[in-house]
Amino acid sequence: MAQQTVDTFEGLLARGERIEPGDPMPEAYRSALVRQMAQHAHSEVIGMQPEGAWIGRAPSLRRKAVLLAKVQDEAGHGLYLYAACETLGAQRAELTRLLLAGAQKYSSIFAYPTPSYADVGTIGWLVDGAAIVNQVPLCRTSFGPYARAMVRVCKEESFHQRQGFELLWTMMQGTDVQRALVQESVDRFWWPALMMFGPPDADSAHSAQSMAWGIKRHGNDELRQRFVDMTVPQAEALGVTLPDPDLRWNPERGSHDFGEPDWAEFREVLAGRGPCSTERLAHRQRAHDDGAWVREAARAYAEKSSRVHADTSTIPASVVEPVETRRVAERLTTRSEEKR
Amino acid sequence: MNDQPHTDEWAVYEVFVRSRRGLNHVHVGSVHAPDPALALRHARDVYTRRNEGVSLWVVPAAAITASDPGEKEALFEPSADKVFRHPTAYQVPEGVSHL
Amino acid sequence: MSLLDDGWAFGAEFADPLASLDTSIPDGVDGALLAAYALGLADDALVAAQRMTWWCSRAPELELDLAWANVALDLLGQARPLLVRAATAEPALVPALPAGSPIPAEDALAFFREPAGFRNHRLVEGADADFAQAVVRLLLLSTTRLAVFERLRHSRDQVLAGVAAKGVPELAYHRDLAAQWFLVLAGGTEESRRRTVAAVAALWPLHVEALETHAVEVAAARAGVGADPADVREQVAAVLGPLLETAGVVPPPSGRARPAATGRDGAHTAEFAPLLDEMQSVARAHPMGRW
Repeated sequence: MAQQTVDTFEGLLARGERIEPGDPMPEAYRSALVRQMAQHAHSEVIGMQPEGAWIGRAPSLRRKAVLLAKVQDEAGHGLYLYAACETLGAQRAELTRLLLAGAQKYSSIFAYPTPSYADVGTIGWLVDGAAIVNQVPLCRTSFGPYARAMVRVCKEESFHQRQGFELLWTMMQGTDVQRALVQESVDRFWWPALMMFGPPDADSAHSAQSMAWGIKRHGNDELRQRFVDMTVPQAEALGVTLPDPDLRWNPERGSHDFGEPDWAEFREVLAGRGPCSTERLAHRQRAHDDGAWVREAARAYAEKSSRVHADTSTIPASVVEPVETRRVAERLTTRSEEKR
Repeated sequence: MNDQPHTDEWAVYEVFVRSRRGLNHVHVGSVHAPDPALALRHARDVYTRRNEGVSLWVVPAAAITASDPGEKEALFEPSADKVFRHPTAYQVPEGVSHL
Repeated sequence: MSLLDDGWAFGAEFADPLASLDTSIPDGVDGALLAAYALGLADDALVAAQRMTWWCSRAPELELDLAWANVALDLLGQARPLLVRAATAEPALVPALPAGSPIPAEDALAFFREPAGFRNHRLVEGADADFAQAVVRLLLLSTTRLAVFERLRHSRDQVLAGVAAKGVPELAYHRDLAAQWFLVLAGGTEESRRRTVAAVAALWPLHVEALETHAVEVAAARAGVGADPADVREQVAAVLGPLLETAGVVPPPSGRARPAATGRDGAHTAEFAPLLDEMQSVARAHPMGRW
């Protein structure tokens, strides 16, 4: 009896089932996924910087905690996504090397500067808002680890958008100067936020194949439209103007018409020639280089410890130290010495 | 899972969280760490920031033995026709309860 | 978004144990003394957190970006109610703002005081020269602060007792995390060991200074609201001694003469004013601002 012994890639996709790391898959699918997930991970990690620069200057202690928790989440998102890449055998260290070498990209939006504290709010509202529109469909993407990472990311991301909107809304209740800061920030971020959905579908290099493989679920233009329709009433509630003279409600389409982003600028930024591209990679490179001795030390320490575990009897006493040190550390884990 | 430890980085540990008492530990993701003790702390700092857990396990990813998707039929299909293992396979006269 | 509800959920219970505390000043306690004491504890946490946030996007590995941010968030969470305690116990401490300013007392204290008005230990105000200093500074801070907070749980002041009760498990974790990394760095490579030894040498005098008794602390201890650092010295030594010994790190001799004035007197290092300049810049540009 001729039996089909494995679920085929195409069969699983056709049934709408998830592809899992051990499944057979075309090499092109694997590499497209690693490319997209790594780019996504890099975006989260690079994306810590534009807002991270304001943690130290947050104007209230509550905002400082909120912003720190938010930027921390982005480190977490990067981590979840690198972990998803690892299920396909792509190591975090190697992907980081590719990012720093300019061989892998990150989202164009993070190459823009953040000269004002209002940018913290605008990034939450518009940039994270756009990210959510992009990412919610990815919770159903065809690759299991990616979809699961995105569920976690989207959960956390909704806090990001809310805190951003709330910051802007609060600033709009403040002084004239604060209101002007909000409008100025929205003016700068509106078009770059629209570019986050990628070029028009007709010009998108990877879109069609990604849709066929179920990695992407919706076209760039559809998601961009969804974002605009979602955001316009929020801008009205906020009392800010969106900087697009062509933006108006189209009753026939039941949607907003809007102008065309500057795609030449988008291509420049994507090619690594955005206003802050050099600075972003330099920051990452510096952190990576400064941390090298720590990563190396921890590896060396782990190796000593595992040698001890392997066979303590033949190892000289000086190397047995890690076991002893661990015991001291365990004692410190007791909640408190003094229980009354 | 990563079968081979990469010389460039710390080992990968898979993380399991018990969200509350009475439930199983559930796989939530992974962390990098130099050893199990720090893996536990990293898992705490990464995966339980929003009150998600009351207990954690970390397991070296390399220590997990996984079934091969290619053996799926041999491993799992033989159980598919054993309908008699399920209570719904048995008829009970009307009016008889607590069965 | 029912899709997101499948499989994973946030924890549901977020309780604020400080919400229902009795904020009245205990009988017979001088409000100004209580405020001065609370301010020292608040500023230690605030300034330490401010320094730690620098690591977020600069840590040696993503896991450590997250870990250090968690510690900083805990410390910010300790600083805020302590600042409020200081403000309610002695309203005169709060810097004056233009009439009608919506800025709350905790932020007025954090963002509108001059450097000399801060009472934090000098241990927490320096920038970390490297990750070894970050680890050693956290180890020293958390060990002393934990020992103090364990005593403060029994403070006659309900706010201090509440902050301490919530802070003890936080600090126990900070100390544990720092101790783990201390052992790793001390026992890792030659370079990491050299850096760890250097960090201990650099920070130890400031650690000794943080265990010195200040008049405010003596008075607060006597009034039953505070703890005298002199009383926790032994406990701190009993934790750090074996740890350093196991790591093979010898602290420098602590025979140095006590400086005439310390951070608790408002005397700070040259690094402190620039730290405040950065931290306070946006808030000070908007004295009528809403955030």
